[in-house]
Amino acid sequence: MCGIVGLFLKDPSLEPKLGRLTAGMLATMSDRGPDSAGFAIYGAGEAGQTKLTLRGTSPLAMEDRAAEIEGAFPGAQTTLHDTHAVIAVPDQEVEALVKWLEREAPEIEIVGRGNRMEIFKEVGLPETVAERFGLGTMRGTHAIGHTRMATESAVTTDGAHPYSTGRDQCLVHNGSLSNHNNLRRALKREGLKFETENDTEVAAGYLTWRMREGLSLGDALEVSLEDLDGFYTFVVGTENGFGVLRDGIACKPAVMAETDKYVAFGSEYRVLADLPGIEQARVWEPEPATVYFWER
Amino acid sequence: MPEIDLGVTPLRELNSALHRLTPETNERHWVIDNPAGRHAIAAGLDVPVTVEINGPVGYYCAGMNKLASVHIHGSAGVGVAENMMSGFVHVSGDASQAAGATGRGGLLRIDGNASSRCGISMKGIDIVVKGSVGHMSAFMAQAGNLVVFGDAGDSLGDSIYEARLFVRGSVKSLGADCIEKEMRDDHKAAVHDVLTRAGFNGEIDPSEFKRYGSARKLYNFNVDHAGEY
Repeated sequence: MCGIVGLFLKDPSLEPKLGRLTAGMLATMSDRGPDSAGFAIYGAGEAGQTKLTLRGTSPLAMEDRAAEIEGAFPGAQTTLHDTHAVIAVPDQEVEALVKWLEREAPEIEIVGRGNRMEIFKEVGLPETVAERFGLGTMRGTHAIGHTRMATESAVTTDGAHPYSTGRDQCLVHNGSLSNHNNLRRALKREGLKFETENDTEVAAGYLTWRMREGLSLGDALEVSLEDLDGFYTFVVGTENGFGVLRDGIACKPAVMAETDKYVAFGSEYRVLADLPGIEQARVWEPEPATVYFWER
Repeated sequence: MPEIDLGVTPLRELNSALHRLTPETNERHWVIDNPAGRHAIAAGLDVPVTVEINGPVGYYCAGMNKLASVHIHGSAGVGVAENMMSGFVHVSGDASQAAGATGRGGLLRIDGNASSRCGISMKGIDIVVKGSVGHMSAFMAQAGNLVVFGDAGDSLGDSIYEARLFVRGSVKSLGADCIEKEMRDDHKAAVHDVLTRAGFNGEIDPSEFKRYGSARKLYNFNVDHAGEY
């Protein structure tokens, strides 16, 4: 089944509440996806700095690794969130840090990288996952969350969404792709790497590849309608934008709301019910096979 | 007149109370506040009471309805009035996918738009939509009337049996074996009857609608029609 939530703020006065609102939306989606949960949040970013979100095997192990990273990279600033850590380093040190991690800390997963995006995901009830990472106190301009009921691959943190599709870009998915094995093989030939057997990772890889070939995110989503077979509702995040795409028969549910303060996405209306001013919002179902995109 | 605040009273408690009602009940008018998109509100009613819901509802609201009148002052999620047997369900806002799915009787009125698959597999229900309906509406529709004031999306009436579809606006495309048919006087009378029961007092002219129905070519397998599937 799976549940998706998304909140894109137009009004900066809501930014301090982004985490709290998103945490509430995620908790509402527990009964569509009790297996794992995750979210991407776009907070503050500093010019010339890149944030890597790392996932360790446990909070303690992550803490130890973070200390080692600070030792090896004196310019790095680390923030610990349970099993995850956000490491901010000067742009020119990113590749060295990635190589260091591959060599010295192969158990560490890089779940996201970007100027502003941080990604957190774990196995467990969405409400618990949000609490462990402290989502409620986070601030930012937009956030995308996912609650997973596993169908195509195992209940693991690797199978949890969101998937990063590139710098400051991420994707969540409700549905199942039926041609992901073929597509994965084709994308591997194009040089992409896949960590899991998950179908959504293939969709994320597909968009990464299309954008690497020069398409904009909107155009990449447009051509994905031809190449991806299956059921899907995608919600994507970029550094300044937020997009939605449903398959041609709109198999998976989606409701959106827009006011002059925000654009919100939910798999069900219940997700939106507690948002401020929802009574006056324009509420609608996104059309099938239609790319929606907002930027600020 | 019972007034229930779903922010306070658990949904199961409300639905149990509604299910316990007997035909002789004196509690004939219920008001429900704060539905907040919860699922299956007032599903499974089988007594002639009136239920008013103030706000948006989630999935399967008034599903399997029998005899009751359910008024939703807001929008409805997937499957509103699905498998309705009789009675009246009125949505003042929009309805999500599969509104009135498999309904066997009664009347469903939607004042806004209905999303995809409105009236899928309808089996005798009458559905009136003041706005437009989405793609694959009346898929495999078997009996009853679907009256649409606005437009219909792709593949209207795909694999339709004997339901009658009346659309005033445009139809993006017709599904397999669904064709436009002549609008005769008895069809105008049928539309007039449905509209009257839906609460319209002659302000809509039935002759403005076009009628769509089954070409009856898919009833028996014919290899020459394999391309139709």
